[in-house]
Amino acid sequence: MTLEALGFFVGVVIKAVLFSVALLTGFAYMTYGERRIVARMQWRVGPNKVGPWGLLQPAADGIKLLFKEQLQPKEAKTFLFVLAPMISLVVALSAYAVIPIDKDPVNLFGYSIEPWVSNPSIAVLYLLGISSLGVYGIILGGWASNNKYALLGAIRSSAQVISYELALGTALVSPLLMVGSLSFRDVVNQQLDHSYLTGDGGWLILAQPVAFFLYWTAAVAEVNRAPFDLPEAEQELGAGYHTEYSGMKFAMFFMAEYVNMFTVSSVATTVFLGGPGGLPVDESQGLLFRLLAHGPHWFLLKVYFFMFVFIWLRATFPRFRYDQLMRIGWQFLLPLGLINLGVTAVGVAMQWKSYQFTLAVASMLVTLIALSMLNRKPEQPDHH
Amino acid sequence: MDEVINDLIALGKGLSITFRNMLQKPVTITYPENKRKFPARTRGRHVLHRYEDGRERCVGCLLCQGTCPAGAIYIEPAENTKENQVSAGERHARVFDVDLLRCIYCGHCELACPTNAITLENNTAIAGYTRESLLIHKEELLEPKGTATLGSTQAWDPKPPSPSAAEFDGSETSSAAVGQGNRPSRQPGAGH
Repeated sequence: MTLEALGFFVGVVIKAVLFSVALLTGFAYMTYGERRIVARMQWRVGPNKVGPWGLLQPAADGIKLLFKEQLQPKEAKTFLFVLAPMISLVVALSAYAVIPIDKDPVNLFGYSIEPWVSNPSIAVLYLLGISSLGVYGIILGGWASNNKYALLGAIRSSAQVISYELALGTALVSPLLMVGSLSFRDVVNQQLDHSYLTGDGGWLILAQPVAFFLYWTAAVAEVNRAPFDLPEAEQELGAGYHTEYSGMKFAMFFMAEYVNMFTVSSVATTVFLGGPGGLPVDESQGLLFRLLAHGPHWFLLKVYFFMFVFIWLRATFPRFRYDQLMRIGWQFLLPLGLINLGVTAVGVAMQWKSYQFTLAVASMLVTLIALSMLNRKPEQPDHH
Repeated sequence: MDEVINDLIALGKGLSITFRNMLQKPVTITYPENKRKFPARTRGRHVLHRYEDGRERCVGCLLCQGTCPAGAIYIEPAENTKENQVSAGERHARVFDVDLLRCIYCGHCELACPTNAITLENNTAIAGYTRESLLIHKEELLEPKGTATLGSTQAWDPKPPSPSAAEFDGSETSSAAVGQGNRPSRQPGAGH
């Protein structure tokens, strides 16, 4: 192994560890933030006793979970029972490897440091593939528990994830078609280096608003968050697939859920909100302008905005029914995504500018609404 | 599709409601530091009262014990003596126990009491680790020496009956004569 290869390897390992630590810390404070924000939305205060403003609450929770008894049902399949939460967490963490948190490599201590763990040319495929492996953790956990509620929760989860992965993929294809690459770095550069009005750049949420809406809806369903949290519907299933889990094993499922939230938020940021891009200023004019132009802080800001939206949705909406879930996924998100994909494909073939995509998508929506108005069935008389 | 549009509008409304709620001041009262002010006649834990001269109001008549629907009160009366004039009447309660786990906080005891000796006050923080700790005795019930409150029922005269009234010789037949406190005298013609 050459010295350069060794240096590269060490660098990747250090970055992977840093990303994991950052994600797990982020997870800990997301639980705190979620409890505080949901509390405020319900006119409550939330945890405020442990440390100043309750800031040490995650540490207290962690200590509690570490020391809890590890319960396991008598008839559970021990190997899978232990393996399932590990799969969930490992898969959730590895999905983050391809997310770039800044635009270009930075020069630090004489080294050129790339702000991502790896930048494969098939980053999006890797991410979709890895994150769909997460369902194994859930379904194995549900099955190995030997509990009917856990199993039902796991089955629901797999059905849901499979259904919404289609919509998620369709929604991601449209912007990626515009960029013409599966590498997240290319996606970011395309958005930041090209103009919205005169080129095919600009934040892709402007050119692809429908794809963004579809992506976000499918992403919420994909990570099993409210209002799509049917796999852990308390009223029907206990706690769903993790009913039988306690202590650190439960915490690993919990971490996986939150890390997945970070991942889909980061993908939404990278693909639709220009990733680490900030204000449109000339970055060659000094450090301040460089910080205003792009950087990890912009990336974090956007990711945390999406995390807030996750919490906001959870505080607002009741859970969907199973039939509603399937109807939304197959009869609304998927067809709309396909139509949007068709429009985008035509635009790419005709080499449209970004704003022309916006106009096209807007007229597509208007057409769809008008068509549905024409097709509306007469109102059914009330049955008394 | 227009159904969907309506649904989306409804979703937006819901989101705006929760967002506006987030900007509201929380209604939580952070309990151990800040306490809710109870109405004056909240029926919380019992308190036994004293007269201004330090004597106990309770004369050991057992009326509260008799009226208690839950059987939560247990009293052993004892005679007052010249040397040991505990209450303002002939007798006093040597033992006065209230079982807070049996009590239903109905307030019948304070209604039955002829001397306003027992009232329910607004101490509602009633908790303990054992059953025994919630069976409270006279020492915990009685207000400390030197205080003479009337509690939540304000219709009573804080002044004790005259010391001589404790010796019942049959010459006086008022309630004060037997140590039952000075009720405001009845208006003539208002009843019997």
